[in-house]
Amino acid sequence: MSQTMSAALELSGVGKSFTMHLQGGVRLSVVSNVTFSASPGECVVLAGPSGTGKSSILKMIFGSYRCERGQILVRQGQAAIDVAAAGPRQIIGLRKNVVGYVTQFLRAVPRVAAIDIVADPLVSGGAARESARKRATEILQQLNVPAPLWGLPPATFSGGEQQRVNIARGFLPELPILLLDEPTASLDAANRAAVIDLIAEKKRRGTAIVAIVHDEGVRDAIADTVVDVRRFTDAA
Amino acid sequence: MIGAGDEQPLLVAERLSKRYGRQIGCRDVSFSLYEGEVMAIVGESGSGKTTLLQLLSSQMEPGAGRVLYRMRDGVTRDMAKLSEAERRFLFRTDWGYVHQDAAQGLRMGVSAGANVGERLMAVGWRHYGRIRHSATTWLDRVEIDRDRIDDTPRTYSGGMRQRLQIARNLVTQPRLVFMDEPTGGLDVSVQARLLDLLRGLVADLGLSAVVVTHDLAVARLLSHRIVVMKGGDVIESGLTDQVLDDPREAYTQLLVSSILPP
Repeated sequence: MSQTMSAALELSGVGKSFTMHLQGGVRLSVVSNVTFSASPGECVVLAGPSGTGKSSILKMIFGSYRCERGQILVRQGQAAIDVAAAGPRQIIGLRKNVVGYVTQFLRAVPRVAAIDIVADPLVSGGAARESARKRATEILQQLNVPAPLWGLPPATFSGGEQQRVNIARGFLPELPILLLDEPTASLDAANRAAVIDLIAEKKRRGTAIVAIVHDEGVRDAIADTVVDVRRFTDAA
Repeated sequence: MIGAGDEQPLLVAERLSKRYGRQIGCRDVSFSLYEGEVMAIVGESGSGKTTLLQLLSSQMEPGAGRVLYRMRDGVTRDMAKLSEAERRFLFRTDWGYVHQDAAQGLRMGVSAGANVGERLMAVGWRHYGRIRHSATTWLDRVEIDRDRIDDTPRTYSGGMRQRLQIARNLVTQPRLVFMDEPTGGLDVSVQARLLDLLRGLVADLGLSAVVVTHDLAVARLLSHRIVVMKGGDVIESGLTDQVLDDPREAYTQLLVSSILPP
């Protein structure tokens, strides 16, 4: 399963379908033969209309969807791990050390303050709570989240504020691969610009990024490669 | 040795089965749990969740199969082959067991402080001042007012009793905690507080845990891995978000789609 590779991430022949047992076993084919790669410092944008399987591809890379066919190689140090064949423990390890994932929705945890939601991934990665919180405040500031909110649980925040807390959480750890699912969906122009800056900074540091963005301005600002997902949609 | 030990599972279930007469409790369950991992066992009432938990925690003998546990000295032992004294020691130190009904896990007639201190005395603590200090620290950690340390749990609310039970279990710094519906029967705000507390403690202490719950939201919040049971069989298992976001089996799809969104 381990082999050397130069890209940070490499998908080949990846396919996915859902069997809906509650609808009499209907099979929904989502994508097939997905093949692309992302190098360190490269931003690959997945393009295509809604419902063509873009998010499903990100979820398969992250391991929250199962991958039925093909290979998803992720480079970890000198080794390459196939997420499609990895067990739970390996995937937990990859999420801690290699692959980050930012969606537009924050899964708010009851009672946990925004600052700790942002700092938590660093803490579980071994950082001291205080230094993690300090770095959390810096990125929250960069994303214009008002300081009075930092100590509050985000369940009652506006959509845009929750999204920025989520972005802060996802961007803070230094991981080699970052998956972004509509990170700018409900943000105003100033905050979109702040996110574009963060992405540019990640690229300079050698992070490989796979992103879904519908906003053309954002896409043009961040994309090095655009992959049209329609070519992976099953004709059937 | 430590690096090598890290890769050894803490708890291993090998083809565990249990029958109650003609009734099947659970059948052919195998998995490995590693240090720092939280595993949820979900399924409806009667699916075998609690039977499995009791087999894992040596409260019941399996009809077939075995449970292996890696002791603090790094040696993995077959639970059935431990002496009674060894097993008791494990229960008092390295393991915790949080019951759904706190009254089963607490001594209702003695003070909160004594409930926590008792576990320490069982592992040889004798200095009253230190025991009391440790008990106070733990009450703080589980957010019980220090002024209540001399009250018995009879005078506590359901949520407080549950938090006290958790303090009693964790005071000896166990490596593995079994929990049977830890939030069952509590109202939602009390549940949220307890879950947040558990989540924090598990992360801070690097605990491993096996949590039985019928609440998928609890499983998602607390666990890394999940086992779905039905009629005594494990029908699906894997990473928690993988099983809940991309359920493969008909029954799991039904479970996931049966949740009322808040």
